[in-house]
Amino acid sequence: MATESTRTRRGVDIVVRSIIPVVLALIVAAIILLALGKNPLYFYGDVFANGILGGNWQNSLVVMTPMLLIAVGLIVVFRGQLWNLGYDGQYLLGAVFVGGLGPQLAPIVGDALTYLITAVLAILVGAVWTLLPAWLKARFGTNEVITTLVMSSIGVGATSLLIGYVFQDPSQRTPQTRTFNTSDMLPYIPGTTIHIGFIVAIVVALAFQFILSRTSFGLRLDIYGASPKAARHVGINSRGMTIVLFLISGGLIGLAAAMDILGHVGYVRNNWNPAYGDTIMPFVFLARLSPLAAIPFVAFYAIFATGGTVASIDSGLSTDFLMVIVALILVFMTLTEYIGTKRDLGQSYLPDELRDAFRRPFDTLRTRSAK
Amino acid sequence: MAAPTPGVISLKHITKAFPGVIANNDISLDLVSGQVHCLLGENGAGKSTLISILAGMQLPDSGTIEIDGSPVTIGSPKTAMRYGIGVVHQHSTLVPTLTVIENLMLGETGLLLKEKRAKARLDELSDLLGATIDPDSLAADLGLGQQQQVEIAKAMWTGSRLLILDEPTSMLTPSAIENLAQSVERLTAQGLGVVFITHKLREAYSMGDCVTVLRGGRKVGFLSSDELRSYTEDEAQTAILQAMFGEDLAAAGGLADAADLAGAADAVREIPAVDFSVRPVVLELDDVTSAGRTMDVAVKDVSIRIHAGEIFGIAGIDGHGQTGLAEVVAGQRVATRGSVRFDGNDITRLGVRERQALGVRYVTDDRLHEGTVGSLSVALNLMLKRIGKRPFWRFGQINRAAVNDEAEKLIDQYTIRTPSPSTRAAALSGGNLQKVLLARELGEGAQVVVVNKPTYGLDLKTVRLVHDLLRDFASAGGAVLLISTELDELVELSHRIGVISKGEIVGTVDNDGVNTAEKVGQYMIGGTQDGD
Amino acid sequence: MSDLLTPLFISTFIATCIAGVMPLLLASVGETIGEQAGILNLGIEGMMLAGAYVGYAVTIASGSLWLGMLGGAAGGMAMSLIMLVLNTWLGLNQIVLGIAITIAGQGITSVLYQENYANGQVSITPDSWMIPGLSRIPAIGGSIFSQSGIFWLCIVLAIVVASFLARTNWGLSIRAAGQKPSSLDAAGGSVMNTRSQAVLLGGFFSGIGGAYLSLLVVGAFTPFMTQGLGYIAIVVTMLSRGRVWIVAIISVLYGFTQALGAAMQLAGVSIPPQLISMLPYLVIMAVLLIFARSVYVSPVLGAPYTRGAR
Repeated sequence: MATESTRTRRGVDIVVRSIIPVVLALIVAAIILLALGKNPLYFYGDVFANGILGGNWQNSLVVMTPMLLIAVGLIVVFRGQLWNLGYDGQYLLGAVFVGGLGPQLAPIVGDALTYLITAVLAILVGAVWTLLPAWLKARFGTNEVITTLVMSSIGVGATSLLIGYVFQDPSQRTPQTRTFNTSDMLPYIPGTTIHIGFIVAIVVALAFQFILSRTSFGLRLDIYGASPKAARHVGINSRGMTIVLFLISGGLIGLAAAMDILGHVGYVRNNWNPAYGDTIMPFVFLARLSPLAAIPFVAFYAIFATGGTVASIDSGLSTDFLMVIVALILVFMTLTEYIGTKRDLGQSYLPDELRDAFRRPFDTLRTRSAK
Repeated sequence: MAAPTPGVISLKHITKAFPGVIANNDISLDLVSGQVHCLLGENGAGKSTLISILAGMQLPDSGTIEIDGSPVTIGSPKTAMRYGIGVVHQHSTLVPTLTVIENLMLGETGLLLKEKRAKARLDELSDLLGATIDPDSLAADLGLGQQQQVEIAKAMWTGSRLLILDEPTSMLTPSAIENLAQSVERLTAQGLGVVFITHKLREAYSMGDCVTVLRGGRKVGFLSSDELRSYTEDEAQTAILQAMFGEDLAAAGGLADAADLAGAADAVREIPAVDFSVRPVVLELDDVTSAGRTMDVAVKDVSIRIHAGEIFGIAGIDGHGQTGLAEVVAGQRVATRGSVRFDGNDITRLGVRERQALGVRYVTDDRLHEGTVGSLSVALNLMLKRIGKRPFWRFGQINRAAVNDEAEKLIDQYTIRTPSPSTRAAALSGGNLQKVLLARELGEGAQVVVVNKPTYGLDLKTVRLVHDLLRDFASAGGAVLLISTELDELVELSHRIGVISKGEIVGTVDNDGVNTAEKVGQYMIGGTQDGD
Repeated sequence: MSDLLTPLFISTFIATCIAGVMPLLLASVGETIGEQAGILNLGIEGMMLAGAYVGYAVTIASGSLWLGMLGGAAGGMAMSLIMLVLNTWLGLNQIVLGIAITIAGQGITSVLYQENYANGQVSITPDSWMIPGLSRIPAIGGSIFSQSGIFWLCIVLAIVVASFLARTNWGLSIRAAGQKPSSLDAAGGSVMNTRSQAVLLGGFFSGIGGAYLSLLVVGAFTPFMTQGLGYIAIVVTMLSRGRVWIVAIISVLYGFTQALGAAMQLAGVSIPPQLISMLPYLVIMAVLLIFARSVYVSPVLGAPYTRGAR
């Protein structure tokens, strides 16, 4: 049937549109590498070797765990057209409570209960840290981009304060929390070195896929995101929705922190900030705000980050080179999207005014020569 | 009349297509200085596109524009202004946060603002227009008639040879229309050409020196000034109507009905009288005051009683609290004082969803952004107000089969033209979107429906359908609160008409067939006088 | 503490205050122009870093602070080109692009710094103009009247922007573009040109703000040295709603808190340094809570303009 084939074509289209930006970004990054006097083929080979080969893919999946949870946390708010950009503060505060309390709690209440208590605590802390921006947005419409960023900075400072004055490991001279005994950390999935937090992340992603696509809550959320005016018309409590979305987002980011500390890092050092959110953002959009589609994208970036960190050091580059690639993906993503939409609508790729601006010199030339 | 300076702006074979429609198809016309040229046609006939081409907002796909015989390209509003073409758009182009004089100076070149010179120019134009405008008041604080005068002043700011007025009367009071007509007369006497766009035959006939009729993007009729002068009013009307409707004339229900649809004559009531003493009051508002939101007029001390089977009209200039009133009834806005009762029960504290379930419905005027969600399917848009309800949702999970069945039923019943229920609502035309809204709100269990500007921007056939649906709903015992800025529509459909001004009901008129429009107009003037 | 209030102390206090004020003031002025024209530029952090880095590199290469500032302006404007082309011209999402600019600015400057200056950082000594007579006044003479000439130029630039926004046709166009772009378009102005100018000026001011930070405040470039100053600039902009004199007042308050923190440490009051660095953010949150009602944001802020679209 015709609809069948158009559907497959659209599906292919979406996949192509999602991958093109990544490819373009890698090409431009290669050019930058050349300009810096590095060998891009060697660099990308190094990324592949350190991200996948040997047992390295397992490391990548461990790194992927918090990233995927944060991705889902961002998807939920972004779908509601709300911007929670305070992920760093939410993540670190969640992490510092896990690292600060967990290692001492484990010998007392046992591992399982420690996981539960610290994870719930981290979820609560992450959620609470979004409350003020959420309330300001819901009540006064205060721009949440600003408030979440500011709260994030406060959260980063508060984390540092908590490490310095509350959770400092007395046996260490550097400012950091106590460290989990390796035996107290999350167990591995049998046969691998991937902790079970990875399964938690996958389950959460699938659960939110179901909630967002098939439930009345998901539909209300989409209406709210598409048009707050329509949401009001339909009788959706906008204030409640705003606050709920922020709480879910902050909670998931807190959970990401808990899984990362419990399964992978084991402690929190002062001034440590993995800043997952910034780098995950492009992939959330490339996945078109679908938790399911986010899984492969986040996996890709986890591999890239794991391998790229080593590769950058091998090439004598700052590891911040990865940020350049992420920024390139963002830029190419918006461009690809733009071209795709214009093609769908059969419109010109240039806005009228720009086209006129390009044409004007020719017009004047023509009229001049006519005279 | 003084001999106009000879000058013609000619449009030759203008064609402009948008995805899916040909908005202008080979249109040619001459706009002569000193004449009022009426462009007549229903919504969607291509009037606005033609104007935006003249104004430099769009470029035609083919065809040329000639000014005094030499071809020109009008690629931007700036170029249009340079050629002396000034436009008063249907929607206000004043920046509400700037003062009148700042708005007028906007677009001037040169480094420093020349406020003194600008004020002198405003005085000149005020004399010409016969209006007084305070240059230092904020544009947002002006009354609608005054806003329009400022818009005209702006269109003529740099000296104009052609003034285009796009549906200028749609929101004006009868007396403001009178003022406008006088201003236009003064301008043409000065030798200015005026293009007057309207979808009302009556206005075209009374204001125009010549009339061009557009239908479906084509020029289907033209009455030159000589013809118009030689015809009697009836002859002119017939000629225009035939052009407007063409072979659809029969479908539109013959000449008389067509004339009625096109607003040829003064509107008369077309709904049977109802003895309200025997009908129960369904909706009751008692001294309702609402909180206003930003840039929006709040409702003040409104009391209304609507009986079963009654259509109660609300007349008023747009933006005088109509939306607030509608929302307070629908439950989208909180009443800070007073009470709303439905069937005798107090529903003041109930939210949208509870009222919806009781049978209080609201057809909003913002079909595109409020009434529908463009990115969702037509089926889901039909179900927007029943999200989570059985049998369409079970345990929070959607039952797609049930949703689709219901959607197909409604699509059929209300003749919504859509490729399929799963088509995105954004793909529908305005008329079909309105049908989606009506299907959703008038369906099962509706008892009171608030309709806000229900025919705004629709083509005549859909207008007719909407009117029929509302009449049927009322005659089946439903109560209707009909909010409209089209006085004709109110007079045709309502039993009683309340006039709203600055959020208050300043008077109520029984629509008993005697001079209803004039009475409503009196209240509108009285209500707005202190503001103008 | 009264014995601390020596002329020397006051002089240091004022100098620290100015050092805190200027980068923020410049960045906020740039952001104000953009915001008035309808562009919410979240990339300001990246543009400042680019300005700081390029300014530093140019100064080392040329030996001239003035050329360095010019380089900083160029760096900021180069980053703003992303916003100019992709947002103002093509209408792509401002928030995503702003984040991209920030990440790109952070990444590029960090990588380049690592490549070029990581081994053997050169520090820069600011010049100072001793204003004859005035510079000998106790306390304020050694602080206000012996600043670099760049300081005075920047002050003049801020004043020029303030008066241009209020008193010129250009300023009127900027304001209209940010409130109701369709009006500007209908009036024969060009929304695209107006907004393009605003974006470039935003890049210019963020760039010199960043360069001021690296050249005149710190005396060197370090990766991520802006530490969220760009975001503070965005908040300052939102609170001042286009009025440059309010931008100036808030910037001075910010500089004051910075100087106060430093002074308290000098005075031996033990306050955790984290708290001092958090102070501006805490103040912002408090201000937002108190003035939440009055933070007005133009309805078209962040929305691209397409002629004829509703």
